Amino acid sequence: MTPLEVTQATGLFSLSWLLIAIPGVIAALLLVAGKVSNPWGHILATLAPIASFVLALLLFLQLLGRGVGDRSVNLKLYDWIAVGNWHIEAGLQIDQLSIIFALLITSVGSLIHIYSIGYMAHDPNRRRFFAYLNLFIAAMLLLVLANNYFALFVGWEGVGLASYLLIGFWQDRPTAATAAKKAFVVNRVGDLGMSVGIAFMLYLFGSVQFSDVNAGAANMTFTQATILGLLLLLGACGKSAQVPLQSWLLDAMEGPTPVSALIHAATMVTAGVYLIVRSHAIFAQTETAALVVSIIGTVTLLAGAWIGCSKDDIKKVLAGSTMSQIGYMMLAAGIGPAGYAFAIFHLVNHGFFKANMFLGAGSVMHATDDDVNMRHYGALRKALPITFVTFGMGYLAIIGFPFLSGYFSKDHIVEAAFDRSWILGVLALIGAGVTAFYMTRLMIMTWFGRDRYADGVHPHESPLIMTVPLILLAIGSVFAGLLLNDWIGGWLDPAVGGQSGHSGIFDFSLIGGITLPVVAIGVVIAILIFGRGRQIPVEQPASRSPFTLAGRNDLYGDAINEAVFMRPGIGLVEGVTKTDTGGVDGAILGVSGIIAGVGARLRRWQSGFVRSYALTMIAGAFLVGIVVVLGRLA
Amino acid sequence: MFPWLTILGLLPLIGGLAMIFVRGTAAKQVGLAFSLVTLVLAIIVAFTYNTGTKGFQLAEQATWIKAIGAHYALGLDGIGLTLVLLTAFLTPVVLIASWNDPDLPKPGEPVSPDGTAVTHRWGAHAFVGLILATEGFALFAFTATDVFLFYLFFEVILFPMYFLIGGFGGARRAYAAGKFLLFGLFGGFVMLAAVIGLGIVSAQHGAPSYLLTDLTQLHLSTNVERWLFVGFMIAFAIKAPMVPFHTWLPDSVEQSTPGGAVMLAGVMDKLGTFAMIRFCLQLFPDASKWATPVVMVLAIISIIYGALMAIGSKDLHRLIGWTSVSHFGFIVLGIFAFTTQSASGATFYMLNHGLSTAALFLAAGFMIKRRGSRDISDFGGVVKATPLLAGLLLFGALSALALPGMSSFISEFMVLAGTFSRHPIYAVVATIGIVLAALYALIMYQRTATGVPTAAVTEKFTVDLSGKERLALIPVALVILVLGFFPKPILSIINPTVSDTLTQHVGLTDPQPHASEGGR
Repeated sequence: MTPLEVTQATGLFSLSWLLIAIPGVIAALLLVAGKVSNPWGHILATLAPIASFVLALLLFLQLLGRGVGDRSVNLKLYDWIAVGNWHIEAGLQIDQLSIIFALLITSVGSLIHIYSIGYMAHDPNRRRFFAYLNLFIAAMLLLVLANNYFALFVGWEGVGLASYLLIGFWQDRPTAATAAKKAFVVNRVGDLGMSVGIAFMLYLFGSVQFSDVNAGAANMTFTQATILGLLLLLGACGKSAQVPLQSWLLDAMEGPTPVSALIHAATMVTAGVYLIVRSHAIFAQTETAALVVSIIGTVTLLAGAWIGCSKDDIKKVLAGSTMSQIGYMMLAAGIGPAGYAFAIFHLVNHGFFKANMFLGAGSVMHATDDDVNMRHYGALRKALPITFVTFGMGYLAIIGFPFLSGYFSKDHIVEAAFDRSWILGVLALIGAGVTAFYMTRLMIMTWFGRDRYADGVHPHESPLIMTVPLILLAIGSVFAGLLLNDWIGGWLDPAVGGQSGHSGIFDFSLIGGITLPVVAIGVVIAILIFGRGRQIPVEQPASRSPFTLAGRNDLYGDAINEAVFMRPGIGLVEGVTKTDTGGVDGAILGVSGIIAGVGARLRRWQSGFVRSYALTMIAGAFLVGIVVVLGRLA
Repeated sequence: MFPWLTILGLLPLIGGLAMIFVRGTAAKQVGLAFSLVTLVLAIIVAFTYNTGTKGFQLAEQATWIKAIGAHYALGLDGIGLTLVLLTAFLTPVVLIASWNDPDLPKPGEPVSPDGTAVTHRWGAHAFVGLILATEGFALFAFTATDVFLFYLFFEVILFPMYFLIGGFGGARRAYAAGKFLLFGLFGGFVMLAAVIGLGIVSAQHGAPSYLLTDLTQLHLSTNVERWLFVGFMIAFAIKAPMVPFHTWLPDSVEQSTPGGAVMLAGVMDKLGTFAMIRFCLQLFPDASKWATPVVMVLAIISIIYGALMAIGSKDLHRLIGWTSVSHFGFIVLGIFAFTTQSASGATFYMLNHGLSTAALFLAAGFMIKRRGSRDISDFGGVVKATPLLAGLLLFGALSALALPGMSSFISEFMVLAGTFSRHPIYAVVATIGIVLAALYALIMYQRTATGVPTAAVTEKFTVDLSGKERLALIPVALVILVLGFFPKPILSIINPTVSDTLTQHVGLTDPQPHASEGGR
C-alpha cells in the first residue's frame, strides 16, 4: 500500500497541543488548589472541554478545506525518548480519524460536564470529580491524537487512571474501591499485550511512529504480523471490555453515572476499536488476526446482549449493551477495509445514544433516590417527561429504528458481516434482535406499566442543567446517522486504508430488509412478556433457567477469573511467602551463620557485641587483604 | 584543578562530624544546611558536566598505597552523575521528612515510630549524622574510579546504615541490623577476595594499579576473568539485592525508620547495580556475556518473586521492601540485556526507583507515625480523614507500578522494550511483572486508604500533611512527573556513558530492526 502523505503542522495546527493541555492544566490546577477552588472549580472545568471542542471544530473545518491527500497533519512537540536508534517523540497527528474522535470526545464530554454540574451538585467532593473528568478528557485526547504508539499508550494508561479514580470516586464504599482496582488490574492484563506489542514494533521497525509502522508493515512476515495483531487485540480487549477481559465493565458501574456515560460508554471503552482501526496496516498483513478480532467482537456482542437481558439494574443493562455494541464495532473492524469506516460510524452514533441513555438513567436515579433497580421503577414517563422523550430517542436509535442513527451504522455492519462470512452475519443479526428485546424490556420496566416505587419516593424531572444536555444528545442520537451516512465513509477511507463503498440512504439491500423484521420480533416478544398490563414483581423472582442465571451472574466471568487466576494466584503468593521465610531465608541464614561462625551467638546481638565484632572483622579484613597483597608483591 | 568531587563527598561527612558538637533542633538545622549545600554543589557539578566528552570528568587522582597500586581517584561519568544527583536530592528530603522522628521521647512520653515500646538509642544529632555519613560515603563510592577505593566505601557505608537500623528502628531492630551487617560483610569478603585477585593479576602485567582506566586495559584469561566476575557479582547481587541473596532487605527495611529505609533502598542498594554496570561490564565484559543467561533468569525471578511477596505482605515497610526486590530485578535485566536502551533504561531506573521508593516510604511513614503501627490491617479509610496524605500515597503507589506519565514508566519501558530487541522471551516473561505491580500497589492503597474509616483511623488521623511533610514529599512527586514527560535532561547524561560502555567494553551494538526494508 502507499504510505500516507503526512504534512507538517503550520498555523492553527501547530496549536493543536492546546486541545490536550487545556483540560490537563485545569485538572492539575484544581487538584493543587484544593478546597480554595471549590466554589468555581466545576465551572472552570466545564469550560475546558468546551474550549477544546471549539479548537477541534476549527481544526476540523480547516481539514475539510484541504485536499483529500493533504488531511494528515503531523506535529512534533519534542523528543520523549531519544536513545540509541530509538526516536520516540511527543507528537500529534491530526487526521480524518483522530479529528472525528476529538470532536466526539469534546462534544459529548462538554455535555456531560454540564450535566454533572447538576448531578454532582450535592457532593462535597464535586471539585475533585471535575478535576478527574478533565484529567480524563486530556488523557483521552492524547490517546487519539498521538502520532505514535508510545504516546498513545501514555494516553491509554491515563484514561485507565482516570477511570480508576472515577469508578472509585466514592472511596468509602468498599464495592467501589474493589471495582476500581479490578478495572485497573484487568486492564493491566490487556496492557501486557500493549507493552509487548510496542516492544515488538521497536524490534521490527525500530520505531513506534504510525507513519513508520504503516510503511514497514508490508515487510513483516505473516507470523510476525499475526503475533503483533493479537498483542494489540489483547490490549483492545482490556480497554474495550471484550471477552475474555470483559468482567470489569459491569462492576465499573459503581462510579457516578456521568462517568459511566462518558468513560464507560461513549469514549474510553471504544479506544480498543480505535487501536484496531489505527493499526489497519498491521491487520492488512494478517487475515488470521483480523478474523480473531471479528470473532471476539461477535462473541462479545452476543455475551453483552445476553447479560443485558437478565439484569434488573438499569446501569448494568446499559453496560451489557455497551459491551454488545462495542462487539459490533470490533466485528466491523475485523472485517478490514470494508468495515473500518462502519466501525467508526457506529462508534460515533453509539457515543451519542449511549451517553444519552446513561445520562437519562442518571436522571431517573436522581428522581428516585439513587435507586438503580428497574423493578422499583414503572410509569416514570409521567414524572420525567423530558427524560422519557430523550431516552426514547436513544432507545429507538440503538435498536435501529429506521433513519435514526443506529439504523444506518448497525445495518452496514450486519451487511459487511454477511459479506465476510454468513456465520458472522447471522450472529450479528441475532444480536440485533436480542438488543431490541432487552432494550424494550428496559423501556417498559422503567417508563410504562404501573408505578412500583416505594412510598417515600417522589420522582421529579431533573433541572434544566441536566435536561438540556439530554436534549442535545437526543438530537445527536436521532440525526447523527442521517447526517454522516453519505459522508463518513469517503472521509475516513484515506486515513484507514478503507474501501467502505458508497451506501446511500435509500440503498435498501436484502440484508437491510431482513434486519428490520428481526428487530421488530425482538420488540414484540418483549412487549408480550413484560408489557400490556403484566405484573412485574418488585422482588426478582427466583429463576431456574440456566440462561437467566448465567446472565444474572455476568456469564460467570468472575467465577472463571476466580477459579483460573485468583485462587491459584493466592495459593502462589502464600506458597512463595512460606518458601521465603522457611526455605530461602532459612537456608541463607543457616549458610551465612556457618560462614560467619556466629550461629550460636545470634542471641548476643543485642548486647552490642556485634558492633565491636563487626568493626574488628572489617579492620581485620583490611589488614589481611593488605598483607596478602603486599606479600605477593614483595 | 579544583577538587569538586572531593568537596562534594566531604561536605556531608563534615556535616556528620559536626553532630558531635550540636544537639536537638540545632543539629537538625545544621545537618539540613549541609545537605542542602551538597545538593547545590551537586547541581553545579551537573551543569559543568559535558555530555559530549568521553571518559571521566572532573577527575582527581593521587597515589595512595603505591605497593598495591591503590589510588585516591575520583571522576564522574553519566551513570555516576545520575546517582550523585539522586543521593544529593534524597538526603535533604529524608532529613525534612524525619524532622520530628528521631527526637528522644520526653519523660513520660512512650512514643516511638511504630508504636512498640522501643525508644531510640540516641538523639536526633546521631540520626542526622548517620544519614549524612551515608550520603558522604555513597557520593564517594559513586565517584570513585579506583577499584580499591570503591571497595573501601562500598564496605564502610554499611556502618552508618547499621547504626541507623540498630539505633532508631522498630522492635526487632537488633536482629535486623545484625542480619544486615552479616550479609553486607559476607558480600564484602567475597568482593575483597576478588579485589585482591584483581590486584595480583594487575601486578603480573607490570606495575600494579587499581585504576579503572588501567584495569580495563588488562587482558585476562577466560578462567581468571570468570572467577573475578563471580566474586564481584556476588557482592553486588547481595547489595542490589537479587534473589536468592535478598533475604536481608525485607527485614532491614521493615525495622528501619522511613528515612533510614529511603537511604537504604533508595541510595545504598544502588551501589550494587551501579557497580555491575561500572565494574562487571567494563572489567569483565566477556565473563558478563558468559553469565548473561544465569543473571537474566535470576533477574526475572527477582521481578516475579519480589512482586508476589509484596502482594502477600502484611507490613507496609516490608511490602515496599519487596517491591524494591522486584524493581532491582528490572534494573539487572536491563543491564545484562546489553542494549543501549535497556542499559540506559536500567540506569534511569536506578534514579526513578530511588524517587518512587522515597515517595512510598515517606508517605507510608507519615501514616505509620499517625497510626502507631505498620500493620496494613490497622488502617482503612485514610483518604476520608487525610485526603492529601492518601493522595500522595496513591501517587507513590502509581509510581511504583510504573504508570505512564511517571518517570518510572520511561525507565521500565526502556528496560522491557530494550531487552526485547535482544531477548524477546525474557522480556515477555518479565512483563508479567507489570500486572503483579498493579496488584501490590493498588491492594495496598485499597486496604489502607479506601473504605469507611476505622475507629482508630478517625481518632488518630486528625491532621493532614504538615508543612514539613509537604515540603519533603511534594518535590519528590514533582521530579517524578517532570521526568515522566521530559526525561531528556537525564537521559542525555546517561546515554553517552552507557553506549560507550557497551560498544567500547562489551563490544556489542544494538540489534537492527528486524523488518526494515530488505531485512526480510
